[in-house]
Amino acid sequence: MFLQDGGAKTVQYLDFLSPGLYNYWIVIFLMMVGFYIVISRGNLVKKLVGLNIFQTSVFVLYISMGKVEGGTAPIFGEGFNTFSNPLPHVLILTAIVVGIATTALGLSLVVRIREEYGTIEEEDIHAQEDESL
Amino acid sequence: MSAHLPILQILIPLMAAPFCVILRHRDIAWLISLIVSLACFAVSLLILDQVLTQGVISYFMGDWPAPWGIEFRIDVVNAYVLVIVAAIGAIVSLYGRHSVNKEIPKNRIYLFYTAYLLCLTGLLGMTATGDAFNLFVFLEISSLSTYAMVSLGKDRRALTASYQYLVMGTLGATFYVIGLGLLYMMTGTLNIVDLHDRLVGMDGSIRTLQAALAFLTVGLSLKLALFPLHLWLPNAYSYAPSTVTAFLAATATKVAVYVMLRVFFTIFGVDIFEETGLANVLMIFAIAGMFVASTVAIFQNNIKRMLAYSSVAQIGYIMLGISFLNATGVSAGLVHLLNHAIMKCTCFLAVGCIVYRMGTVRLSELNGVGKKMPWTMGAFVIGGMSLIGVPLTVGFVSKWQLISAAFEADMMPVAALILLSSLLAVIYVWRVIEIAYFREPTQNTGVKEAPLSMLIPLWIMAGAAIYFGIDTGMTLGIAEIAADMLVGGTP
Amino acid sequence: MSLELSIILAMAIPAIGAILIALTGKIPNLRETVTLFTAVALFLNVLNLLGPVLDGQTPEITFVEMFPGLAIAFKVEPLGMMFSLIASGLWILNSIYSIGYMRGNKEKHQTRFYICFAIAIAATLGLAYSANLLTLFIFYEVLTFSTYPLVSHKGNETAVKGARTYLGILVTTSVAFLFLAIAWTYAATGTLDFTKGGILGGHVEGPMLGLLLMLFIYGIGKAAVMPVHRWLPAAMVAPTPVSALLHAVAVVKSGVFSVVKVIVYTFGIDNLVESGSAGWLVWISGFTIIAASMVALRQDNLKRRLAYSTISQLSYVVLAAAILTPISAVGAALHIAAHAFGKITLFFAAGSIYTAAHKTEVSQLNGIGWKMPITMTAFAIGALSMIGLPPTAGFISKWYIIQGAMSSENFVALSVVVLSTLLNAGYFLPIIYAAFFKKDDGKPDHGHHDDHGEAPLPIVIAITSTALLTILMFFFPDVALNLAQQMIGGAP
Repeated sequence: MFLQDGGAKTVQYLDFLSPGLYNYWIVIFLMMVGFYIVISRGNLVKKLVGLNIFQTSVFVLYISMGKVEGGTAPIFGEGFNTFSNPLPHVLILTAIVVGIATTALGLSLVVRIREEYGTIEEEDIHAQEDESL
Repeated sequence: MSAHLPILQILIPLMAAPFCVILRHRDIAWLISLIVSLACFAVSLLILDQVLTQGVISYFMGDWPAPWGIEFRIDVVNAYVLVIVAAIGAIVSLYGRHSVNKEIPKNRIYLFYTAYLLCLTGLLGMTATGDAFNLFVFLEISSLSTYAMVSLGKDRRALTASYQYLVMGTLGATFYVIGLGLLYMMTGTLNIVDLHDRLVGMDGSIRTLQAALAFLTVGLSLKLALFPLHLWLPNAYSYAPSTVTAFLAATATKVAVYVMLRVFFTIFGVDIFEETGLANVLMIFAIAGMFVASTVAIFQNNIKRMLAYSSVAQIGYIMLGISFLNATGVSAGLVHLLNHAIMKCTCFLAVGCIVYRMGTVRLSELNGVGKKMPWTMGAFVIGGMSLIGVPLTVGFVSKWQLISAAFEADMMPVAALILLSSLLAVIYVWRVIEIAYFREPTQNTGVKEAPLSMLIPLWIMAGAAIYFGIDTGMTLGIAEIAADMLVGGTP
Repeated sequence: MSLELSIILAMAIPAIGAILIALTGKIPNLRETVTLFTAVALFLNVLNLLGPVLDGQTPEITFVEMFPGLAIAFKVEPLGMMFSLIASGLWILNSIYSIGYMRGNKEKHQTRFYICFAIAIAATLGLAYSANLLTLFIFYEVLTFSTYPLVSHKGNETAVKGARTYLGILVTTSVAFLFLAIAWTYAATGTLDFTKGGILGGHVEGPMLGLLLMLFIYGIGKAAVMPVHRWLPAAMVAPTPVSALLHAVAVVKSGVFSVVKVIVYTFGIDNLVESGSAGWLVWISGFTIIAASMVALRQDNLKRRLAYSTISQLSYVVLAAAILTPISAVGAALHIAAHAFGKITLFFAAGSIYTAAHKTEVSQLNGIGWKMPITMTAFAIGALSMIGLPPTAGFISKWYIIQGAMSSENFVALSVVVLSTLLNAGYFLPIIYAAFFKKDDGKPDHGHHDDHGEAPLPIVIAITSTALLTILMFFFPDVALNLAQQMIGGAP
């Protein structure tokens, strides 16, 4: 079969490996890593780290899609004819700010939890709550 | 002036919030939040009136025309949701003073009101905006302030609840942004109406489109606590201060539902949405949520937790209505949006009064509370009856509409399931009633009725639960216009 | 006074009465005067409607449109007229009785009792006058919930349990079946109005029609067709005036009234005859009549025996409607009235015995007839009416039911009626016999109550009046008969 169509179909099947999609593989990888950390780690700070990685994957996603082949930064002037789309960049600036706010709030909650429970391990917190019941 | 109503709606609470911080005085902060929320309510009514008489309002932020600038676009659907949110906001701030003074440490009270105003800003902004990314920003404003408010609860578990909510809420919001990014890749626009125009006629089997829809749905389902993504909700509702619980239960999930409606019907349109078959999946989760959450509610000893699980079940009803994909079903969902806000707010406000006087939310300690706090429990009974769906309360109107939609969609077994699940509500509501009225009071003999400033807002809500259960012209009327618009596909 | 106003007032008077009772709760004499005045005012108001309805008018009024094309609306038609007359008329007597009973037994929470009673009556009248199934359903549920505090009145373990059964069964059936049936009807026909000849013809057919009928019959749990009858014995924990007016008249009659309305005005008699999908109803109601009578035979608690007798008598009405002839429909309507008078008398007697002698069991009643002659004479009259002997109201309704069964050659129904008459006699006559002809064996555990006489005066007045009504209806059945015949569109 490969021989018959000169391998064209195989190439088509392997389309997802093309270098243009490289960024998206990283996005998916980061996303899964972040997500996994959030789910699997019991340390509340590590969970926030995971959350951050998860959010970062989205930043990369947006910035990648704004890229136009051969495009430059959006500067008006001689010699700059093709621009990358600046809008995703702007959006991601907002998202980064939101992400920082979330992290800050999350961390301050962790501080308060540490003050009240004396631990930031999820298991220990659950154990304390079970005792109090 | 009237041309700037949409932005006023957001600006008033946003500008007032810093004053609460600067003045650092709890009573002044309360007064500010009361005046602001009343003003918001008035503005929302004016907007609704304007929309009903003159049609859709388009407001361009900084005069940048859409789809480049941010547009506030208000049609019947979001005018209706704006009124709900603002009305609940006004009632809750009227009610909150005593309850907040009792349940939140004195030195943090002004911060609570700041967070409250920001939350109101976020929720109103999410509802009013016509730009999908701007919506995300408002979503995070409301979410972040909500996490802060939840963490102010007296019990230390409020902190873990808030943390859990933060993690899940952020995941949800990020999912939403991912979905939106995929849509942006397809269309190059973020304006909701513009998105619709570009997506219309597209093939629902395009994979990016499906992925976008999936991400958006999961993200929003997390936010609106659709079973089984509701795990943050029971803890957050149980340990947050009573005022916060009442406010959140009536508004936060409702606005998320509104956003979901926008995504499904305005952005994608009913055709694409139907083609993807997502509605059937939602229907299964909605029905499962109705049964599972109601059953879990029966076994709770904490009355706030019980009501929280009941909320998850009620969200199931709303989503079920939407998943029928017909105008009657969507109008059922929309009218239940309001009705559930009314009834759950009534219940939680009543619980707030109980907490204020008795300092407990454990059912086993509420013996005979009906005799000691007759007005409070009377309102609770009305709210509970609405949860069951007894005629002459708002719950009946929703249920009737929902069942009509089931018949319209030719799904009689679903109609039967709706009714069966509402029987579970009878059990958990009646448990409370028996404890409150038929057990002899064991302790707290000196308990008095709640102060008038809490009872009045409580009974305004209870009265609304009855009034809108009889005269449905306004609620159902608007919901039906809105539903026709959403399902009819004209954005 | 305009007729429309009268319809509104029929619900407004007891509702306002409830508020006034709440306000005057601190002063018992005033509170009870208010109750009585409200009851009399209501009855006069209902009488105001009687003349026009007898002339063939059907006054109607639309209150508020709840859903598009579906309103809370009222329309006074003959059957509803009859039902409202019975309920409001007996409320006067029952109020008099309640005063004697509640004071005699020093019951607590009397204000709540009178308030809920008034609300229940308002709901009953709303149900009687409802112009469509939606309105009927609304008031049906209001009636259920407003009677809950009455059933659980005593507040002790048994009362709460009984009330739980009561509410559980009535709400479950009404929500799971009745609501579904109504929504189905609406989805199929686009209307819920009560229309002569029915609305379902041509919309729902075949086995589905039978299924829908089943949903309706079991959805109307208040009609107590087996196996959804358990709530009625459970409700007997309530104070006797509640059992008397609500669980012998208002609530249970709302049930059978709804059944008759659904069969006549929603399904349409002709439609059911053609489709033959009501055959099972004859069997099931016949079974209920016989089975409930058998159970009644074995009950020693007087109120429980009466409750099972009620279950069996209610199914007479269902059976009569299920025979599906015009003449039996008249019988059904008449039996609603006849059983109301008879059974309220019996319950009044049971409460009278409890108040005066504190006796609740049949086996304790030996020789009581000589100590409480008025009570037991009234009891005897009520019992005769249940059995269906002249000169009591029960004879007339049974006569029409038998005629209906004969005309349609329905021998199942016929034999059920005959057999159950024997059973009725079997469980009522021994009580009368024991009361008058057996010697009091003077068991020591009740010794201190032996020197009792008649019950308090209000009770005696009430019980005499209802017993007289039972007899009067035999001699002057015109009004009831007129209304019943108008329901089916003229004399059969």
